[in-house]
Amino acid sequence: MAQGILVFIEQRNGQVRKSSLEALSEAARLIGNVGGSVSAVVVGQNVKGLTAEISKYKPAKIFVVDSGDFANYSTEGYAQAVTEAVKKADPAFVFSAQTSMAKDLIPRVAARLDAPIATDVTEIKSEGSSLTAVKPMYSGKAYGVYEFASPLVFITLRPNRFALSAADAGHQAQVEDLAVSAGNIRAKVGEVHAAKGQTIEVSEAPIIVAGGRGIKGPENWPVLQNLCDVLGAALGASRAVVDAGWIDHQHQVGQTGKTVSPQLYIACGISGAIQHLAGMSSSKVIVAINKDPEAPIFKHATYGIVGDVLEIVPKVTEELKHMNGKN
Amino acid sequence: MLGELKGETLKIAVCIKSVPDTEAKIKVAGDSKNIDTADVRFITNPYDEFAIEEALKLKEKFGGETVAIAIGGNEATEVLRDSLARGIDSAIHVKDAELENLDPLSTAKILAAVIQEGGYDAVFCGQQGVGGDNSAVPSMLAEFLDMPQVAMTVKLEVADNKFKAEREIEGAHEIVEGSLPALFSAQKGLNEPRYPSIKGVMAARRKEIAVKDATALGVAGNFSADKRKMRLKQMVMPPERPQGKLIDGDVDTQAKTLVKLLREEAHVI
Repeated sequence: MAQGILVFIEQRNGQVRKSSLEALSEAARLIGNVGGSVSAVVVGQNVKGLTAEISKYKPAKIFVVDSGDFANYSTEGYAQAVTEAVKKADPAFVFSAQTSMAKDLIPRVAARLDAPIATDVTEIKSEGSSLTAVKPMYSGKAYGVYEFASPLVFITLRPNRFALSAADAGHQAQVEDLAVSAGNIRAKVGEVHAAKGQTIEVSEAPIIVAGGRGIKGPENWPVLQNLCDVLGAALGASRAVVDAGWIDHQHQVGQTGKTVSPQLYIACGISGAIQHLAGMSSSKVIVAINKDPEAPIFKHATYGIVGDVLEIVPKVTEELKHMNGKN
Repeated sequence: MLGELKGETLKIAVCIKSVPDTEAKIKVAGDSKNIDTADVRFITNPYDEFAIEEALKLKEKFGGETVAIAIGGNEATEVLRDSLARGIDSAIHVKDAELENLDPLSTAKILAAVIQEGGYDAVFCGQQGVGGDNSAVPSMLAEFLDMPQVAMTVKLEVADNKFKAEREIEGAHEIVEGSLPALFSAQKGLNEPRYPSIKGVMAARRKEIAVKDATALGVAGNFSADKRKMRLKQMVMPPERPQGKLIDGDVDTQAKTLVKLLREEAHVI
């Protein structure tokens, strides 16, 4: 009988994704109610060394699929690997972080195993040994509570929403190699082109500084980028400025961009259209800086400043630098 | 002309959906399971517009046939008409009360039942349906159709039955290559969708929308309530945000106060 939780651990270039470890932490918190044990699966080439880091988040077992077949991500190869791990672990639930890879991969595996999937989940509740998943709908204008009637269920977890447990270096997970053939890969990944400029990914950043029309023109992005640099923040943008061609769509926050839940969201010169608010209103703390005191963004802000972004943001940056200097 | 193109012409399916306007305010209906649709304008899912456009561009290049497919009630007719007005050749409307409000797994199975027998060279979907926000149907559909897939496609080139696609990943673009038939989910940035022309709107009136129900698709009874593997138990509104603080003073004071509050009150920096 299917039991326990299997967590897909995403790695790229030998780096374990933090949001995967958040998913693993959540699995460890829920396992007492679900029953069985937590296992993890990592796929790639030369990834066995990653088991030491994964082990700290207390899975009982880590399945490792390690071969040249998996040097690059491919939907079909990775789907084969994860499917084999699910068959081996026979879990009641499969967790993964909701990332670009997960959007491509996890539903495909769920379909192969005829299992339902709840994606981009922000809260998981246990009711007896079963789980219900809460997920934003309409980009967070509403939330849906889903229940399941299936021996196997897939859930992908929104990055930044589930706390990372304290690492336990003393925990030793059992490591099991899984020999999987990637099979016939019809869609092959060739090169990967890094996006220009962007170093911190918007959907996973703990702090986001976002700009809208109020920054007046693309020549003023450096004003916001300086603030990003001092905060270690990602640069976000409103739909208006993306559509105006001031910045790439990768940066867009809102209903046709990314839905985010950072600890701190600083909206600079963004009025707060409904579709933008939908994408960021679950942020823990929201700062709004806008010239127009009537801008809807202020209704959602934890802290608001009425004024010119191009005057205020440099002062805030300066103040933060000053503060960092003192520490 | 037709003879020349034969063998290279493409048959393309586009899966589309009717969704509330992204500018719409969403209210939960009295049954706590649906949204209140009064005062809500419905539109073609924004990501599906990119899917439609890409299908049209491929047809313009290679010739062939484009078919739009939607599942839903009367509101689906509108978005199918809209796709026909943009230049899609014909439409299939899956209309059956039994097949509404389904989870991604069931939706993908129904779309697969429609597409399976069609002999399609390419299938396009929006990367996400605004509303359910699942982003799961395209990958599931590709699995049921046994096609290779590219999710979150932002660039696509097709030649000699082969494709080279770019997909958006965190902080990078991944290049994916393969052969048709294949499924692509469209991300914003893939193209600039055209609007329907007046001529297109007129022409759409004469185009066919084939209506199919569960029986016609051979799936009658497969998705009855007792067979659903996942259901929406309740829909709730997000919690209200507490009243915020407006920071006054000159620019220097405002900046200093903000940093102090973020640090000492909110503890986020």
